[in-house]
Amino acid sequence: MLNFLLRRLATLVPTLLLVSILIFGLQQLLPGDPAIALAGEDRDPNVVAFLRAKFHLDEPLPVRYWYWLSGVLHGDLGDSVRIQKPVSELIAEKLPVTLQLAAMAILIALVIGITAGVVSAVKKDTWLDYAANVFALWGLSTPNFWLGILLILLFAVRLGWLPASGYVSPFEDLKANLAAMIMPAFVLGNAFAAVLMRHTRSAMLQVLSSDYVRTARAKGLDERVVILKHALRNALIPVITLGALGLGELLGGAVLTEQVFTIPGFGKLIVDAVFNRDYSVVQGVVLFTATVYITLNLIADLAYFLVNPRLRH
Amino acid sequence: MAAVVFEELQVAPRRRAWRRLVRRGGAMFGLAVVALFVLIALAAPWLAPQDPVATSWSAVRAAPSAAHPFGADELGRDVLSRIIWGARASLLAGVVSVSISLALGVPIGMLAGYIGRWVDALISRLTDAMLACPFLILAIALAAFLGPSLTNAMIAIGISATPIFIRLTRAQVLSAKAEDYVEAARALGNPHWRIALRHILPNIVAPLIVQATLAIAAAVIAEASLSFLGLGQQPPAPSWGSMLNTARNYVDQAPWMAIWPGLSIFLLVLSFNLLGDGLRDALDPRHK
Repeated sequence: MLNFLLRRLATLVPTLLLVSILIFGLQQLLPGDPAIALAGEDRDPNVVAFLRAKFHLDEPLPVRYWYWLSGVLHGDLGDSVRIQKPVSELIAEKLPVTLQLAAMAILIALVIGITAGVVSAVKKDTWLDYAANVFALWGLSTPNFWLGILLILLFAVRLGWLPASGYVSPFEDLKANLAAMIMPAFVLGNAFAAVLMRHTRSAMLQVLSSDYVRTARAKGLDERVVILKHALRNALIPVITLGALGLGELLGGAVLTEQVFTIPGFGKLIVDAVFNRDYSVVQGVVLFTATVYITLNLIADLAYFLVNPRLRH
Repeated sequence: MAAVVFEELQVAPRRRAWRRLVRRGGAMFGLAVVALFVLIALAAPWLAPQDPVATSWSAVRAAPSAAHPFGADELGRDVLSRIIWGARASLLAGVVSVSISLALGVPIGMLAGYIGRWVDALISRLTDAMLACPFLILAIALAAFLGPSLTNAMIAIGISATPIFIRLTRAQVLSAKAEDYVEAARALGNPHWRIALRHILPNIVAPLIVQATLAIAAAVIAEASLSFLGLGQQPPAPSWGSMLNTARNYVDQAPWMAIWPGLSIFLLVLSFNLLGDGLRDALDPRHK
C-alpha cells in the first residue's frame, strides 16, 4: 500500500514539471515581442519595460523558465495585467463558486448516472435499457451550452420559475443561490451522468454474471439485496477510476456553463482573461486546473485501493 | 450453418466488417446523416436560399416564415442559409483537427511503441503531461495564445487531441510487436522502417479509424465551444457555435436563433458517435 502510494506520488512530480514547461511554453506561441503582447492593447512603454524586467525577457529561455517556476513554487502565478491583482488571489476568489457548481453537478450526475446504469444493466434488452442508452447518447452528443440556452428558454423565459442568470452567494441568500445554480449544475452534470451511466452499466453487467452473484441468488436472497449490496458495491470500484478521468471534461464544461449562465467562477475568469489578453491569468488557471485534475485522479486511485479489499494485501 | 461460416471466411475481412456495420441500424443512421451534412456543406452555394452574411433591417429577428424558414437573426440574416454554410466550418474543423492529431499522434506513438527505451519514456511522460490538462481547457489556452480564428481553433483542437492518438498507437504497436508475423518479418531481415510501416501499421489501422471517428465528434463540439466563446470562426462568417453565442442574448425574443444551430451540432455529433460505436463493434468482434 505504502509502496504503491510512494510510486504513484513519484510519477506526479515529473508530470507536473512537464505540465509547467508546456504551460510556460504557451508564451512562445505569442507572435512578436511577448512584452508588447503581454502589455495588452495600450502598449504603454512603461508597462512594456516593467514586464521585460519582471519576466527577465532579455535572458535565455531556460533561465526565464527557472524564474517563472520558482515563482510558481512560491505560490506566485504572476499578476493580472488588467485587474492589477495577483493571479493566485483571483483564482482563490473565483474557486468557491466553481467548486459549488462542480459539486452540485457531480451529485446530480452520480444520482442519475448510477441509477440509470444499474437499471439498464438489470433490465438488459428491455425498453428501460434502451431508454437509458438513448439518454447516454443524448448526454454525450449535446453541447452543454446549447442545453443551457434551451433550459433558460423553458424554465426562465417561458415558465418563469428560475432566474436566467446571475449569481448570489450562498452566505447571502441560500435559496436564491440554489435557484440560480440548479440549472447550470444540471447542464454540467448531464454529460458526466452519461459517462457514469455507460461505465456503471458495463461494470454491472460483468458483475451480475459472476459466480458469487449466482450464489447469492441461489441462497434465496432478496433480488434487491443481491443487486444493491452484492453487485453494485463491487461494480462501483472501476467506476471510481473511470469517473475520475471524466472529471477533466467536467472542468472544461464548467467554462462553457459559467459563460452561458454568467456565473463568476474560474471558467469565466479564463474566458475574460483570454479576451483581455491577460495571459498570466490564462497560464495560472490552466496550471491550477491541471494540478487539481491530477490530484483528483490520484485520490481516485487511492480510493480504488481502499474500497477494493483484494488489492489491500 | 457450416456453409454460412464458410462463406463468411471466404470474403475479405474488410467486406466482413462492412457487412457487420450495415446490420447496425444506429451506425447506418449515423453514416447517412454524416453523408447528408457533407453534401450540404459541399453544395452550400447552391443550397442556401440567401447570402449568409447579407443583412436586412426589415427582417431583424423575423420569425420563421416562407421567406425565412428558420427565421432571421439579430441583423436580419437568414438563419437557414447560415446553418447551411455553417456546416462547412463544423465539418472542416472536425476533419482537419483530427487529421492534425493523426498526423502527429500516429508517428510519435509508433516511435514510442517501436523503439521503446528512453524514447518511449520521454514520449509517455510528455503525453501524460498533456493529458493532465483537460482537453477543452488546453484547447482554449492554445487558441488564446495563437489568436482567435477558425484555423487556429483547428490547430488548437488538433494538438489537444493528439495525446489520445499517441497513447492508442503506442499500445497497439506494443501488442503487434509481440505477434508472430512481426517476428517473421524481422527474421527475414526487413529493415525497421519497413516492419513498422508495411507490417505493423496496416494491422493497427482499425482501432485508429474507430478512435478518429469518435474524435471527430469531440472536435465538432470543441470547435462549436471555441466559436461559442469567440475563439473560433470570426464574425460575420457563419459557424454554429458563434450563432449560439449571439442567440443567447435574444433567447426571449427570437428562440429560433438558438434552436437550429444547436440542433445541427447535436445531430452531427450524435451521428459521428453512432458511426464510431458501430465501427468499433464491426471492426473488433471481440468487443461487446
